Amino acid sequence: MLMILEPIMRVIEVPMKFLQTALRLKNPAWLFLFPNLVLFGLFAFLPILVNVAYALTGSDGILLSDRPYVGMQNFTDLMACESYLDPNSCKDDLFWRAVWNTVWFTTLQVGLMVGFALITALILNRDIRARGFFRAVFFFPVLLSPVVVALIWKWILQREGILNAWLDGLGLETFNWLLDRDWAFGWSVFLSIWAHMGFYTLILLAGLQAIPRDVYEAAMMDRASPWRAFRRITLPLLMPTMLVVLVLATIKGVQTFEEVYAFTGGGPGSATTLIIQYVYETGFAGAPRLFGPAAAASLLLAFVLVVLTVIQLWLNRKNVDG
Amino acid sequence: MSFTTTKLTTAMATAGFALLGSGLAAQEITYMCSSDGTECATAREIFDRFEAENPGVTVVVDEVPYKAILESLPVQLAAGTGPDMAKVTDLGGLSQYYLDLSPYVDAQYWEDSFGGTLDWYRKGADDNGIYGLHSQLTITGGYANKTLFDQAGIEMPGGDATWDDWAAATRAVAEATGTDFPMAMDRSGHRIAGPAISYGAKLFDANGEGKLVDEGFTAYVQKFVDWHNDGTMARDVWAGSGGSSYQDAAQEFINGELVYYYSGSWNVAKMDDNIGDAFDWVVVGSPCGSGGCSGMPGGAGIVGFEGTEHPELVAKAIDYLAQEENYAEMTAKTKNIPAHLGVASKGVEYPGASEGAANALNAWAAQVAKVSPVAFQYQGYKNNRAMFNITVERVTQAIVGELSVEDAMARAAADLETALAEAN
Repeated sequence: MLMILEPIMRVIEVPMKFLQTALRLKNPAWLFLFPNLVLFGLFAFLPILVNVAYALTGSDGILLSDRPYVGMQNFTDLMACESYLDPNSCKDDLFWRAVWNTVWFTTLQVGLMVGFALITALILNRDIRARGFFRAVFFFPVLLSPVVVALIWKWILQREGILNAWLDGLGLETFNWLLDRDWAFGWSVFLSIWAHMGFYTLILLAGLQAIPRDVYEAAMMDRASPWRAFRRITLPLLMPTMLVVLVLATIKGVQTFEEVYAFTGGGPGSATTLIIQYVYETGFAGAPRLFGPAAAASLLLAFVLVVLTVIQLWLNRKNVDG
Repeated sequence: MSFTTTKLTTAMATAGFALLGSGLAAQEITYMCSSDGTECATAREIFDRFEAENPGVTVVVDEVPYKAILESLPVQLAAGTGPDMAKVTDLGGLSQYYLDLSPYVDAQYWEDSFGGTLDWYRKGADDNGIYGLHSQLTITGGYANKTLFDQAGIEMPGGDATWDDWAAATRAVAEATGTDFPMAMDRSGHRIAGPAISYGAKLFDANGEGKLVDEGFTAYVQKFVDWHNDGTMARDVWAGSGGSSYQDAAQEFINGELVYYYSGSWNVAKMDDNIGDAFDWVVVGSPCGSGGCSGMPGGAGIVGFEGTEHPELVAKAIDYLAQEENYAEMTAKTKNIPAHLGVASKGVEYPGASEGAANALNAWAAQVAKVSPVAFQYQGYKNNRAMFNITVERVTQAIVGELSVEDAMARAAADLETALAEAN
């Protein structure tokens, strides 16, 4: 490899030295970083600044020049509540319904998903028949587009869907699963778990396989029960991986949009409206397009995501540092 | 100057003018179009003739989903990157971007032919410009499954029957025939507006600004919510979705699961094609309330945009579609009600339409006379889409029990206040 690269590098070295001298560059690394910085600036940093500008301005104008400065008004309107626990007492009740739906959705989805992913990983880590096949089966939904996932489950659960056809076939009473607020929410959590569990199972499986076998062998020699081995060996040694999985799943849970939107449209009413849907509908699907409140809500969401990301980075560093 | 030199100069000048001429004529304009059936294909056929009559002119018909017209087009226009022409349904909401066609067309012909619909595209009461060709006039109202009424042995309510009469009759039919749902209405703020107006909703304040909630509007919403709770209305349509997204019940009606379906005239082609001989269906218009029997007018129109580089050509293309013979062809092939008064007065023959469909289209055309002036004003109001969306969102919350009707109406009024403040 070096034999191939060396002549190339020698050829590049001449113009690079010339360029360095001509431009009097002390640190040419910036020259290489420049294109990437421009792209990052244009497509990541600039939109963030534009978002902040929208959050601080009003009207339905799309050009910033058409938007009067309103200061923190959009944030104040979003946060105006007599009680944050009761969306009906808030000025923008739909925002707080979306916030609480997202909190409940993320809590349930992450808790249940990580639990099921752990159980699945433990089973798939054992020497069972067709282990490779089952690993593929559990991972398969991860490969599907969120909209496909939503449509599959919609066809199963709708009034004339497969589930009701089965219930009817068994002589049981059918039920309109997606018209009941609680059931619609429950099924939304379920389909999200179904779609993403495979990914976290894979991470936990990798974590389980990194635990040295001899620790278990020593425990067996000491006649430790499987439950005790799980509690005293597996769980503590898997905890770093588990924490990363928890934080990653929480970030992803807070960001959930496409699958639930395609599945229930946020309904019935606002029963499954999550925070990203609120941002989308307020800013883009409504009339007039309220870019200000949408931008303010997205910045509040970004703040939560930054906190979660910092936690993840801190946990990662803690893991690396041992 | 010798004869040869003169000839050469003339030839060069001719070639130069020809090149210049072809350069001017080689113009391309884009028409963004969405279709409920054959609208874009029919426009394409007519534009083919337009291109043949205007060498060097190309009209690109860009067929897009309806959602793109609703959501992407306004953003494109605001950013100055919109098409030259488009078929729009938010007639008043996009009026700030429309190209005034009046300098390029025979304004008197347009006034005589399109009368009241021209106002829907104008920026205000003192605006006399010509901005849009109303290509699809639609009227909201009901379809009834006649076969189910016959099977149940129940007489169908008459032309002056009230919503309560229809609710009672359809419940009885559904019960007698084991049909899933007595009634359904499209999940749309436009659809519920007609019945609300029939119950006395004024929809405007004294200054002509939108005012959603009043006694009449609340009275109909209360009935509508009650009908969802007692099973008269199919819950799937309104309660099955969130936000302000649109949902229809056409498939349920086509499947024979519905006795009465409140939608509009644009569904005739769909009903005709999909129901066939499965059952008999009839157009029954809008039931009455305490204040009338109004549906909502509406539809789509073709507009040019101020940002176009070829305003004259855009106007010429739209004017070509507006000519009586072309408009009649467009109406007939797309199975729509004509907004062109000349075409309407002569009547339209719908090629390929069954007798039932032709009767239905004529029945819809007869409904136009019943439409309340408030409904016409509402259709042309620039902020009507905000009012439609708020209605859908808040009424749904009342249906699913998140809010009482009273709270939902209070929220709707507050939402509209915010929306108007942001929009104006």
